[in-house]
Amino acid sequence: MKDRKRTMWGYLFITPQLIGLLCFSLIPVIYAIVLSFMEWNGFGDKHFVGFANYITQFKDHVFWKSIINTLYYMILTIPVGIALSLILAIALNRIRGKNIYRVFYFMPVVTSMVSIAVIWMWLLNGKFGILNQLLSVVGITGPDWLTDTQWVMVSIAMLSIWASVGYNMVIFLAGLQGIPNSYYEAAEIDGARPFQKFRYITFPMVSPTTFFITIMSIIGSFQVFDQAYVMTNGGPAKASYTIVYHIFHQGFEKFDMGLASSASVILFVIILAFTLIQFKLQKRWVHYED
Amino acid sequence: MKTNFPETHAQQHVVLKTRKKNRVKISHIILHVVLILGAFIMVFPFLWTLSSSLKDVSQIFVVPPKWIPSPFVWSNFPDSLTSMPFGLAYWNSFYITAVVVIVSLFTSSLAAYAFAKIRFRGSSILFMLFLATMMIPKQVTLIPLYIIMGKIGWLDSHLSLIVPGALFNAFAVFLLRQFIKGIPRDLEEAAIIDGASTPRIYFSIILPLIKPALSAVGIFIFLGSWNNFIEPLIFLNTPEKFTVPLLLNQFKGLHTVDYGLLMAGTTISVIPVLIIYIFAQRKIIEGVTITGIKG
Repeated sequence: MKDRKRTMWGYLFITPQLIGLLCFSLIPVIYAIVLSFMEWNGFGDKHFVGFANYITQFKDHVFWKSIINTLYYMILTIPVGIALSLILAIALNRIRGKNIYRVFYFMPVVTSMVSIAVIWMWLLNGKFGILNQLLSVVGITGPDWLTDTQWVMVSIAMLSIWASVGYNMVIFLAGLQGIPNSYYEAAEIDGARPFQKFRYITFPMVSPTTFFITIMSIIGSFQVFDQAYVMTNGGPAKASYTIVYHIFHQGFEKFDMGLASSASVILFVIILAFTLIQFKLQKRWVHYED
Repeated sequence: MKTNFPETHAQQHVVLKTRKKNRVKISHIILHVVLILGAFIMVFPFLWTLSSSLKDVSQIFVVPPKWIPSPFVWSNFPDSLTSMPFGLAYWNSFYITAVVVIVSLFTSSLAAYAFAKIRFRGSSILFMLFLATMMIPKQVTLIPLYIIMGKIGWLDSHLSLIVPGALFNAFAVFLLRQFIKGIPRDLEEAAIIDGASTPRIYFSIILPLIKPALSAVGIFIFLGSWNNFIEPLIFLNTPEKFTVPLLLNQFKGLHTVDYGLLMAGTTISVIPVLIIYIFAQRKIIEGVTITGIKG
């Protein structure tokens, strides 16, 4: 009797979130897949078109451009971003004033990406931006960061690293705190050099954290949009046009819902594939205790 | 160094230690210099925004730039506030985020409690479903959600942001479940023997015990909702309904050349959150760390 009542409460307790899951995640995902096989402008009739939308994407050089731009962004941000945050975390780990430094490095994490993007538009302004003015002091003529096809992605990568380094650093710091001090002491007695300590103690011990941050960064960089939308509208000459921008453009600027859905399904598959590959590769470098 | 080699092991140890201490001191000083430089790079964009917001056009385009405006031009702030309804946007962002945080903490902790402690048929399959949806990037559901919102008449309404946020957060369910699993059984069993009902156990035993987890998850939800951009961009049309990031984007579109004004608007969009951050930094950083590690 008691048990049955408790079971009933169990169902009742999950109901709100279950309704949310159905309405705002599961049904929409299925709907996106269905739409990706339709031709539809959002208002008139839908027509089943088979794989036509996918074929259109694969033949569209703008689609490929968005993929290449996104991968380029990934290559620019992830290795540097992760290395930088790990180095900062190691530096902060045993130093006085750790908490004060942490406050500063974490500041952009609580700031909205739109505000950050507007701030950096001004910093990176070709003529009057402070960055180029500072560079000119040391005799370097800075590029027109945001209006040069060569530099626009580098600029966006720069501000993204700046914006996320504090978050990754704090997660790394938590990982580093889990390493027993005795490991380092034992290594010192054996005469290990600082680099050896990093290579044989810190890196393997912190590798689950590195793995987590890598996965999250890969997923995050496939979803990059806000910066490109606010700063450059995907330009110049589509040099900062990303996959999500492509979905946004086809869906909400051209109102081709079928085509946009096919792009979003492709994004989903790419993210899934990258995540699975990472999980496969982790055996080679991620070290778990016990 | 090698000429007077210490004789005993103990002596050797002492020499090593003092030598190390000196080296540590110097390396620490270098580290501090580098870290201070890094901290400066992190803060500088904010300071430069503030400085630029207090300059008029004649000061802002001066080469070389002036760090401190002279004179201070305050008019950019009232000008931004009259150009765009920032006050309204703050109210919108505030109440949307408040409702989302409170309701979603409630619904997700309820579900988390059920998944962690109550046995019912299908619970593990349903929980797997929650885990699986965490893999879905939100951009995939953007177009269907837009169509659904259009059908039920929620486009250009805050409901399109509040209801999904309040009713669905698989990550919060997952995290809170982890915490609730850690609560010892005896506490609950004693209450059950005393005849406490399941909702009563949830309210008077579970909720008080997971307060730290709730605040961590709450901070995480707050940041996500407050800084959300793409959904408001797609769902909302009327400037009076805009949230702060959306309004700032609109403001940017109107004042692309007047950087003093633009930076004043940006300052307005950033300062309140940063002030809260400065006061609650410890809690915020720890909250984000906990949600990051457990995730």
